[in-house]
Amino acid sequence: MCLAIPGQVIEVLDTANQIARVDVVGVRRSINVGLLSDGNGGGVEPGDWVLIHVGFALSKVDEQEAHATLSLLQRMGAAYEQELEELRTSVIE
Amino acid sequence: MKFVDEFRDAQLGRVVAGQILAAADPGRHYKVMEVCGGHTHSIYKYGIDDLLPEAVELVHGPGCPVCVIPMGRVDDGIAVARQEGVIFTCFGDMLRVPGSELTLLDAKAQGADVRMVYSPLDALRLARSNPRREVVFFAIGFETTAPSTALTLKRAKAEGVLNFSCICNHVTIVPPLRALLESPDLRLDGFIGPGHVCTVVGARPFEFIPVDYARPLVISGFEPLDILHSILMILRQLQEGRCEVENQYTRVVPREGNLRALEVMAEVFELRPHFEWRGLGFISQSALKLSAAYRDFDAELRFALPGVRVADPKACQCGEVLKGVIKPWECKVFGTACTPDHAIGTCMVSPEGACAAYYNYGRFAREKEAV
Ligand code: SF4
Repeated sequence: MCLAIPGQVIEVLDTANQIARVDVVGVRRSINVGLLSDGNGGGVEPGDWVLIHVGFALSKVDEQEAHATLSLLQRMGAAYEQELEELRTSVIE
Repeated sequence: MKFVDEFRDAQLGRVVAGQILAAADPGRHYKVMEVCGGHTHSIYKYGIDDLLPEAVELVHGPGCPVCVIPMGRVDDGIAVARQEGVIFTCFGDMLRVPGSELTLLDAKAQGADVRMVYSPLDALRLARSNPRREVVFFAIGFETTAPSTALTLKRAKAEGVLNFSCICNHVTIVPPLRALLESPDLRLDGFIGPGHVCTVVGARPFEFIPVDYARPLVISGFEPLDILHSILMILRQLQEGRCEVENQYTRVVPREGNLRALEVMAEVFELRPHFEWRGLGFISQSALKLSAAYRDFDAELRFALPGVRVADPKACQCGEVLKGVIKPWECKVFGTACTPDHAIGTCMVSPEGACAAYYNYGRFAREKEAV
């Protein structure tokens, strides 16, 4: 549960509840972007990369950082696989 | 150097390792604590300690949220999970944490409705779709995770989802660090600061470390090269007689943190006067509970919790491991009675726990050979 995984925003689904659809290495899920709304980049747009932790975007990152972090996580093996498995179970509305 | 070649820029890693050697005073022994379990994981995975000169020792800190949950709190969770009509939700890592008799997974096998969730928002969705059931979320984590619970509770309140409640076990990272710095057991020379916690709280909460205790802290990213750079920055500070909070992870961590997250936390939580940490005992103002405005969502008020304090098993030395006083393999039950499949202590449960990281990456065998 400690990992923060980078994902790319595909679309903002619900502005009132601040829900966006993201792609995390091919897994597409909804997450909450409400922690980014004031300051910290002022919301998200399609194409943005964010660090995701337990279903919430914690911060924005640039694309290069996102790829570097993903490759680091991929090499972590089991812990990363488990995190992705858990992400797959998630249905955030 | 088995693992070193796996990391990106292994060559650059060796260069930084050379600079660390040059910055270290050969007559001195340095103890550097990595606070965060994520760093512990990276260090073992990539064999970063193999690259360091002998004078520099890495010590693992208390920053794995699963590892610090005391047994009594697990028992409280199980007691609630067993109540009629309850759907009990928690992160996957919590399921195998031993309580005094059972784990949550055991309780589930015996019929309790315990469900793993990826996000607190998944728990809230379960509450919406099961209006006749009581859905309880067992919240754990440092400041990285607490804002997510806070925002979920805000939404539950706004939508009036009254069958949702939370057992709040959120902890804060600064008080245990202060406790460690006050402890006579341990002399630390510097800290590798927790990168993701700092995206939320920023750098300021750590300034007491150089100011009150004259030790450097460098906020670090999670790549092997980040960690090596941070160690170099710590040694350079010591070499130059400086003592500051520096930020190696500027590409992700803003110095002031995430103001929105801090604001939501301040609204939903307040500090507990004290909280028990596994192996570390009671630490004052080290944990969060729901604020008065959110008392309707506080499972500790809604359900009768046993609230019994349970001493750690005799064989368990998690406290010493969490304080960095002993290495995981120095615990008497490490790798024998205590393994990831049958954990006695918490440090063996989460992959971020120091014992599990040692065990999983075969460090155990190598350390033993070396001794
Ligand atoms: S080996 Fe097990 S009991 Fe010993 S310190 Fe590690 S987790 Fe705790």
